[in-house]
Amino acid sequence: MHIARNWRVKKQRYSLTGEICHHCGSKVFPPRDVCPECAQPAYDPLQLSGKGEVYSFTTVYEPPANFQEQAPYSIALIKLEEGPMLTAQLTDVEPNQVHIGMPVEMVTRKLMQDGDEGLIQYGYKFRPRIMAH
Amino acid sequence: MSKQTLLKPSRAVGIVGYGAYIPQYRLPASEVSEMWTDGAAAPPITEKAVPGLDEDTATIAIEAARNALVRAGIAPTDLRAIWVGSESHPYAVKPTSTIVAEALGAAPMVQAADWEFACKAGSEAIIAAIGLVGSDMADYAMGIGADTAQGRPGDALEYTAGAGGAAIIIGPAEKSLAVFEGSISYVTDTPDFWRRPKAEYPSHGMRFTGEPAYFHHVVMAGQILMETLGRTPEDYRYVVLHQPNVKFPSRAAKQLGFKPEQWETGLLVGRIGNTYSGASLVGLTAVLDAAEPGERVLVVSFGSGAGSDAMSFQVTERIRDRRLLAPSTEDYIARRTVIDYATYLRYRGKLLMK
Ligand SMILES: [Zn+2]
Repeated sequence: MHIARNWRVKKQRYSLTGEICHHCGSKVFPPRDVCPECAQPAYDPLQLSGKGEVYSFTTVYEPPANFQEQAPYSIALIKLEEGPMLTAQLTDVEPNQVHIGMPVEMVTRKLMQDGDEGLIQYGYKFRPRIMAH
Repeated sequence: MSKQTLLKPSRAVGIVGYGAYIPQYRLPASEVSEMWTDGAAAPPITEKAVPGLDEDTATIAIEAARNALVRAGIAPTDLRAIWVGSESHPYAVKPTSTIVAEALGAAPMVQAADWEFACKAGSEAIIAAIGLVGSDMADYAMGIGADTAQGRPGDALEYTAGAGGAAIIIGPAEKSLAVFEGSISYVTDTPDFWRRPKAEYPSHGMRFTGEPAYFHHVVMAGQILMETLGRTPEDYRYVVLHQPNVKFPSRAAKQLGFKPEQWETGLLVGRIGNTYSGASLVGLTAVLDAAEPGERVLVVSFGSGAGSDAMSFQVTERIRDRRLLAPSTEDYIARRTVIDYATYLRYRGKLLMK
């Protein structure tokens, strides 16, 4: 596992911390060096609400190593309320219950673990919303 | 009782935010009884909550803590302590509390540590938070109790060993939704339940777990606190006791002089199982979801080994608005997907059992 690489992105991965561009106001996820809208370099951290909806999705039956015990599971393109689109695993839902436009919310879950002795990686996933608002 | 028995800080404090989390999967106790006794054994509960493959004590603690923060209406960086009590920390060495602190956005300027005292670890963390805020070292501190309890397949504990947790944020009394009135703790060296470092499953002293352990500590702690505060059961609208099954807390509450309508709201074990460090605290969250301003609640935890913390709270007007800000404990109990024994084995990783 890439311990250093995972450690560097823990903030965005645990809690969906993005950025807001203070030139054009665009909300950006994941954080990057240059605003994708106006190409300016400056930005501030922004805690995203974690609310969004399923834009499209697919079901994984033959996952890569370290994800095998979770199959089958759905991967979705999520459109966040603040605007950015991201890809994430869905959880707490059977693949046949997922639909486009489904309201979802971010939760922090185990992404994978490196056997019985290695590190556990945590990060965002999305599940059907529990509360209407 | 001398006045010094009561634990109460000079600065008035209380609960400013609370949150619960319960995984959605449910294993009916009948599945366990059919697997091991052909259905002959009468189960101690109806069903228990089982964590999904991607859940553990850290993820349970994170969601409960986020709900508590939303209800408190404070920034994560306002927290000066995040203390997680559990007997199922994901790592033997590497704190759960730093994962929670990072996920909340409370790191790096925060106390963080994991607490252990069987099922009493969470309430102990809350009393420490009360001390930290009560001494004016901090304005806000969070105590969490969360567990994904394991029982040996076929053992009596397999019916009830559940998963869930609750987070309580302590802050100044004038910002509280429930004011802290005082607590006492009662501990002895009693070997009712234990697990050695390399053992996968716990051992317990069978019938020894009842009278000298659970009942003695829970009843003594509850009684001494009420006597010290000059209270009787009639002064309390609600009582929440540690709940390893339905029978123990019902009997102990009755022994203390309470009536079913006082304990039923916070007695959740029949529907979610024993959430260990979470048990009395998740019960407290269900009570806070229902309580009216002015009403009092008595909470008594129990941890094997053994000891109890008894705490008294009085609910304030702030409860009305704040409880609506996050999912209620009943919302999580109602979110329910029943699984069979085979799926349970897969979710609990027991298929890899050596
Ligand atoms: Zn921009």
